Amino acid sequence: MRALLVLLSLLLAVPALADDTAIRVAIITQERDPILPVSPLDREIPDEGLSGARLGVADNATTGKFTKQRFVLVERTISKDGNPADMVRALAAEGIRFVVTDLDAPALLAAGSDKKAHEMLIINARAPDDELRNESCRANVLHTVPSRAMLADALAQYLMAKRWRRWFLVTGSRPGDKLLAEAYRRAAKRFGAQIVAEKDWTFKPGHARTDTGHVTLQSEIPVLTQVADHDVLVIADEANEFGDYLPGRTALPRPVAGTHGLITAAWSAVSEQWGATQLQARFDKLAGRRMGAVDYAAWAAVRAIGEAAIRSRSSDPSAIMAYLRGPDFILSGFKGQGQSFRPWDGQMRQPILIAGPRLLVSVSPQAGYLHRGSELDTLGTDREESRCRF
Amino acid sequence: MQVLILAALFAFASHAALAETVYVSNEQDNTVSVIDGATSKLIDTIPVGRRPRGIGLSADKQKLYVAVGDDNRIDVVDLKTRKMEDPLPSGEDPELFVLHPDGRRLFVANENDNLVSVLDIPERRIVTEVEVGVEPEGMGVSPDGRFVVNTSETTSMLHVIDAETLELVDNVLVGTRPRVAQVSADSKQIWVSSELRGTVEVFDAETREPLATIAFEVPGVPRELIQAVGIQLAADGARAYVALGPANRVAEVDAKTYKVLRTYLVGQRVWHIALSPDGKRLYTANGNSSDVSVIDLQNREVVKTIGVGRSPWGLVVAP
Repeated sequence: MRALLVLLSLLLAVPALADDTAIRVAIITQERDPILPVSPLDREIPDEGLSGARLGVADNATTGKFTKQRFVLVERTISKDGNPADMVRALAAEGIRFVVTDLDAPALLAAGSDKKAHEMLIINARAPDDELRNESCRANVLHTVPSRAMLADALAQYLMAKRWRRWFLVTGSRPGDKLLAEAYRRAAKRFGAQIVAEKDWTFKPGHARTDTGHVTLQSEIPVLTQVADHDVLVIADEANEFGDYLPGRTALPRPVAGTHGLITAAWSAVSEQWGATQLQARFDKLAGRRMGAVDYAAWAAVRAIGEAAIRSRSSDPSAIMAYLRGPDFILSGFKGQGQSFRPWDGQMRQPILIAGPRLLVSVSPQAGYLHRGSELDTLGTDREESRCRF
Repeated sequence: MQVLILAALFAFASHAALAETVYVSNEQDNTVSVIDGATSKLIDTIPVGRRPRGIGLSADKQKLYVAVGDDNRIDVVDLKTRKMEDPLPSGEDPELFVLHPDGRRLFVANENDNLVSVLDIPERRIVTEVEVGVEPEGMGVSPDGRFVVNTSETTSMLHVIDAETLELVDNVLVGTRPRVAQVSADSKQIWVSSELRGTVEVFDAETREPLATIAFEVPGVPRELIQAVGIQLAADGARAYVALGPANRVAEVDAKTYKVLRTYLVGQRVWHIALSPDGKRLYTANGNSSDVSVIDLQNREVVKTIGVGRSPWGLVVAP
């Protein structure tokens, strides 16, 4: 009996011992209002981001198996009235030092500013806010999700390559839409495009789902889009409230780009080049759907931590963090080039996809946009422009 | 007169030396292009299965094997008739493969399954699967037949397989996104290219200790675009050639000192490369410009560009 007990306790002790050496990564998400998709083809995705992080851990484990390093994902959600700083303190109490955030900018700032967060590494996989990379940057925060400036620059480079210089900008009502519109204006100026007309989308969302929804849209949208002649209509609608209504309904027959139509994103369901087919296949097996941009950012964050742990041959958080920020770090992100973090603001430099609804159209940076360092730094805030002071 | 005869003889001899044929897999066209080495002209196009990539010859050099990933098999082409024969099984999504010196076993990387499948060609069946890292791709075999090497792209590892027991004997962390592994002619070294690091690492085959890391620089080409892919090691052990992908260059390396001697400007996104049997010419598959460059290694110049199918990926030279 006693022997059995000893054996049992040994068996129980093994996983506990292994846990001490495991590299634990937390992913924090926040409770959000459900969004009713505009298109009946789209489904609500409750595990956006989370599934990307889970695949990241699974991918880390395949190398970890050979290097004898173990990775564990700790999944947490902040309720609507929850305090992000409390969450950070709770994770710190558990000894967790790597945190991937699927949080909007205010929650991320609250989490990253807590004293306990200073000894953590936080990787932002959701918030595209340029402010987080500039005035509100933090030494302990990296970003795998591209900034709005990167997305806008990527689009501008492509539109200029097409010589579609005259833009008609339509902006939604949410704060994020206004910031994205600002990024488009900056990109237009930077790359020599002209915004010839601007309108705000002021209609109430959701009316296409009624029985005769298309009738109202067919009369409203030509009115909205009767503006000076332009080459392309650029949409800023981050919450997908109206962008899908515009293609095929505009007053002038012009292509639609931005958050809808020809979209810019770090990742897209249509991506299949540079081995992306394999990443998509692994993700599909795990989540039962194609990988989206937030999934990709969370995957990249967890993989970055794994890659740094494997390359630095260490499970020590300080060593892993130093490697991540160092000059030798690169992540294979299935976009044809190595991806690393910009030392001046912690942003991951990466190619940006220009995707149509069914196939990949192009990838920025476009040929000919040169840079003395990395051509990837022609997208977003370059070193000299950065307002980040760590 | 004597001179003329000599010249004629010489011309004949050099023509005979060039009687090689180059076979190129065109990933997007589902074809194999056939190039006559003597004239450097495209002479035929053979339709094969979907997404042809890895390409190689049978031991008697009478048959061509083509891994057609989307059809999950290896197509077999008779080189005399240029007609397809019954395909071979390969496991799921075959990418690169290597023929063991026994002439009987084909080691196949199954990109989607994290496996290396061992195919017995006469028996036409997979005899074993060896579990490796994620997205296995590069395949090499030691000329002495003792071991097989594989690289896994996402795991970033070199896997060494005992060719007899078919067991994994070692796993070595290598540069990010390894693409190709080749064993030197004397079976003493393993060369591995890293696409994203843009380097080639050389390992001692016995101890797996690193011997060298070779980095490449091309003036005016940003670091991210200098990627190392195809490797060809010369039979005499003096030179190594490395395809630099979107840098559109092939590097010539002194295989003894590991110094980069020069680079050749070839077509766009050069992927795999192949030496002629006499080692005097190097053929390159240029994926984005859909052509093949021919490098004259003696005169050190690119002498010809031959248009092939869309997205040429791999190539092999038959004597």
